[in-house]
Amino acid sequence: MSMRKHIVLAASLLLAATAGVSLAETPHLGKPLDEAAIANWDISILPDGTGLPKGSGTSAQGAQIFAEKCSACHGDNAKGGVAGALAEERKISGISASQKTIKNFWPYATTVFDFIRRAMPFNMPRSLNDDEVYALTAYILAENKLIGANDTMNAETLPKVKMPNRDNFIIRFPDRI
Amino acid sequence: MDKSADRNAGKRNQDLPIVAGNGLIDRRALLGRGVILAGAVGAGIAPSAAGAEPLTDDPWSLEIGEATPPYQMCSKFEAKVVRTLSNPNNEPRNSHARTPHHLLEGTTTPNGLHFTINHGGIPVIDPDKHRLVIHGLVKQPLEFSLETLSRYPQVSRVSFLECGGNSAPMFSPEPMQESVQALHGLVSCAEWTGVKLSTLLEETGIDPSAKWLVAEGADSPHLSRSVPVKKALDDAMIALYQNGERLMPGNGYPMRLLLPGYEGNMNVKFLRRIKLVEQPAMSMYESRTYSQILPDGKAYRFYFLQEVKSFITNPSHGMALKGPGLYEISGIAYSGTGRIEKVMVSADGGKSWAQAALQEPVLSKAFTRFRMPWRWDGGPATLQSRAWDEAGNVQPTRAEFVAVRGELTKPPPVLGFPNQHYNSITSWGVAGNGEVKHVYA
Repeated sequence: MSMRKHIVLAASLLLAATAGVSLAETPHLGKPLDEAAIANWDISILPDGTGLPKGSGTSAQGAQIFAEKCSACHGDNAKGGVAGALAEERKISGISASQKTIKNFWPYATTVFDFIRRAMPFNMPRSLNDDEVYALTAYILAENKLIGANDTMNAETLPKVKMPNRDNFIIRFPDRI
Repeated sequence: MDKSADRNAGKRNQDLPIVAGNGLIDRRALLGRGVILAGAVGAGIAPSAAGAEPLTDDPWSLEIGEATPPYQMCSKFEAKVVRTLSNPNNEPRNSHARTPHHLLEGTTTPNGLHFTINHGGIPVIDPDKHRLVIHGLVKQPLEFSLETLSRYPQVSRVSFLECGGNSAPMFSPEPMQESVQALHGLVSCAEWTGVKLSTLLEETGIDPSAKWLVAEGADSPHLSRSVPVKKALDDAMIALYQNGERLMPGNGYPMRLLLPGYEGNMNVKFLRRIKLVEQPAMSMYESRTYSQILPDGKAYRFYFLQEVKSFITNPSHGMALKGPGLYEISGIAYSGTGRIEKVMVSADGGKSWAQAALQEPVLSKAFTRFRMPWRWDGGPATLQSRAWDEAGNVQPTRAEFVAVRGELTKPPPVLGFPNQHYNSITSWGVAGNGEVKHVYA
């Protein structure tokens, strides 16, 4: 083992100790990776915008992609089909989850980007490039009148979109966080 | 049994220790005083041996049986003991499979009957190519294969797993006429074996700024949930085995995150990546699907915990009792907070209660089987169970639950998830003809 590895190991043990982890003999069989090697898998987006990639898109660009790749399930103009509507005006009344919409419930606009990029289209996930995901995100947000029709979505603008329901949540068991 | 025989039985059984209304018998009659009970019942029924047909050999006793298979399946006569499916043709939406609790006993859910929900089909993962990466706010990002994880110290624990949306039909304003499988089939219990997540985090090291991890699957939706580091360092596990064999494909083969007592969806299957971060990702499943609308229009976030709960599996909706006499009421209790402390059973809709016997072992965050001897007199009865856990949490009555969480204005689709984290009492109404139906009481 090199001196550098010794130092890293010692540091990690120290860290584990400060985090309250009980130390035990472990096999150390994990293969070290650098973040560059993980980049293609690292699709986590945080609500403050951490993790958002380069690129951008507008609602007009998104409308074209939506008609081609999304409307078969989500309906024309995102009004719903065999899969749910993505743009609709609805107020929540009563406790049924079926009333939740992006506009009246989702607390962060970054989640729209994150979910499209990781899971959509349903039959071809991860087939959209980042510009296309930004464009679709802009289209859905604009159809919901959460952004202007000509606004561009990118790593700077998307986290700043104010979602109406953001401050309406109660953490159920704060002591478990 | 004719009525004169029943009256006779009642007279002879009058020394049985009745402890609550409508015929509930002291649980110790079941476990500690079985001989006394058996004697009393024998005396009560007093069947006559006169005129019985002589026993003969059946065909299967007179010929060679079938070949012994390498992987055995249940008897063909048990073909009805299966999960119910929401999406058998794999249409482009999620798929649920519910556990038939009314046809099972004990506390272990057989692997083929463990509940599952998949959001984009079940991926066919080559275990030799699958990788788990742990990165983000760590000292050294590491990649683990299934083979390397198998070299780590393994731990086993029995743990229930429950979908946050289990029992959702009970948000209906009227009792839906559905079986325990339809109402409560999205919970199961297995022995899970794998590597403690804290063991792997010792090797990567954790930056003190890391408060959450984001877990992600290798399935097509790349399902992603945020989990507090607090839970990761407590009892989280990378599960590799389920009841002694490799995970079932629908339960996350070849590896899944196991968070004992926490909402099923957080126990990310097909686990391929864990990223340590400062704040939760607010993925679609946590910020939309698994946040629960409350009656005042606000919503819960990060519910996590599957709270203390119980339900009677036998008898239950859809069954029919065959005449008055002695029955065993049996069911399942569990809590995401720890061990089950006690289960009380009522046969008169909650007017009076008797303590049920708990089948050992009673394990933390695992199914506990409860049993209650009951002498049904042939009249209407309403059966309920209510559980307490070791932390002092008590399963709420339906009225208590609805007062806080509300109910729907009309019955929902039975496969729908109109709301989540329902844990109040289930009531089964027994009619004079023995038919058992779901009721609210």
